Amino acid sequence: MASIVAVKDLQKVYGDGFEALKGVSLSIRKGEILALLGPNGAGKTTLISALCGITTPSGGQATIGGHDILSEYRAARAMVGLVPQEVSLEPFEKVINTVRFSRGLFGRPRDDAFLEQTLRELSLWDKRNNLTKELSGGMKRRVLIAKALCHEPQVLFLDEPTAGVDVELRRDMWRTIEGLRQKGVTIILTTHYIEEAEAIADRIAVINRGEILLIEEKGALMTRMGRKSLRIELDDPIDAVPAALAAYDLELSPDGHFLSYHYKTGGEGTGITRLLQALAQAGLSLRDIHTSQSSLEEIFVGLVREDAA
Amino acid sequence: MNLRAVRAIYVHEMKRFFRTLMESLLSPVISTSLYFVVFGAAIGSRIDQVEGVSYGAFIVPGLIMLSVMTQGISNASFGIYFPKFIGTIYELLSAPVNFFEIVLGYVGAAATKSLMIGVVILFTAGFFVELEVRHPLAMLAFLVLTCLSFSLFGFIIGIWAENFQQLQVIPLLVITPLVFLGGSFYSISMLPPVWQTITLFNPVVYLVSGFRWSFFGQADVPVGLSLLAIAGFTALCLFLVWLIFKTGYRIKA
Repeated sequence: MASIVAVKDLQKVYGDGFEALKGVSLSIRKGEILALLGPNGAGKTTLISALCGITTPSGGQATIGGHDILSEYRAARAMVGLVPQEVSLEPFEKVINTVRFSRGLFGRPRDDAFLEQTLRELSLWDKRNNLTKELSGGMKRRVLIAKALCHEPQVLFLDEPTAGVDVELRRDMWRTIEGLRQKGVTIILTTHYIEEAEAIADRIAVINRGEILLIEEKGALMTRMGRKSLRIELDDPIDAVPAALAAYDLELSPDGHFLSYHYKTGGEGTGITRLLQALAQAGLSLRDIHTSQSSLEEIFVGLVREDAA
Repeated sequence: MNLRAVRAIYVHEMKRFFRTLMESLLSPVISTSLYFVVFGAAIGSRIDQVEGVSYGAFIVPGLIMLSVMTQGISNASFGIYFPKFIGTIYELLSAPVNFFEIVLGYVGAAATKSLMIGVVILFTAGFFVELEVRHPLAMLAFLVLTCLSFSLFGFIIGIWAENFQQLQVIPLLVITPLVFLGGSFYSISMLPPVWQTITLFNPVVYLVSGFRWSFFGQADVPVGLSLLAIAGFTALCLFLVWLIFKTGYRIKA
């Protein structure tokens, strides 16, 4: 698939010597949702800021739609919409005016029909004549999205779009993002909510201390790194794992009611069939079995910890 | 050239002005009227004439300059400081615009506002004294150039300022004294010789003198020098603004 954003060895060293980006390279495919996952201070916002022109990179290169972000900044930036992390809006401005301002700023001709459509899709049309300071926090965030979308960008950067947003609004936001993807907008979002990346991203990049640790398809990442566990509930408690089952590396719960078995989903076979047969042969009677998949969160914590070691 | 962006910024800034039209126009009109009452009527009745012009009329060009300079500075500095303060500057930085377009929008709007205020004061003055304008084109040129250059200067202050106090410091501590000591309310020839020489280092003297010449045909310094001074000041401010955007001083990390 064609890449729409190409970043090569991008560096950012701040005035105090802090290296926020240590040579980041990544390629973002047209039409995908890429989640940039990382703890606070990992460099997520710096990366987005450098790509959008808010901060000047210290080294390296980046192109958006084939346009260099520095030498062809006009063409590059015209393709990009940015939703910042902080809710920054002019308080005494009407919603419709602030959106119209953004469109003009990006050099697009006035198009009231398009603005109406954008505001309607974000459920803001009824509030168009309200001052932005009169809106709720969630509404303000949507105004920011409307401002970023009103010049019809092909690439949308969302810097922690759901930070401090309640559950319902978060799901709402996910639906909005999915809707944008269906229109062909490439979306890069930063988050430190793993469930967010898990829920909506196509690919996941993990960034920590200014470096990309990995970038991979979400599914592949889960299969490669993911472990599943099988929890077996026994009818009658046992004191110890029978010797016949020693090969399976089972864990017995302290009360003797549960056995846990861990396996990798990416492997050749899971060994479950053999285990269940062995359990029956050992004369154990099962009340229930339950499997669970390790979440991205566990994968992520593992990665970041490895990186720190 | 992204003219739509220039227009968007300009319209946005002018809207802010018209939202507070009464406050924006009323305060300069009231303060000018007060100057006329105090200087024109109370003191002027004892001074009679300065260089063949009634004192009331003599102070009009200086009063207009005072308002135009302070308004230009405060409008432009606030205009760019506010987005910095509330964080909306991110949008300007991420937009496909260059520094010249941003400056054109903000400074153009601030200059328009101060020009409007200058014109309103001119008409207000017409109620108090009889005014003649001998060189209307030169008068307009001086007025427009002053509005522009001091709005540029205000823009620089707005970028430099890190808090609201700093926003006030320059107009209060630098511009007001310079205007008061710049021959707004007197002719330089009325000063003792030593002070006449010192005054020539005050840039505002050249502005007020040139502006007054366009009204009454008399000046403290040659008109050409006045034009040169204002053109030089404009060029200096433009250079500083260019430098600011080139280095990202106080706007880009």
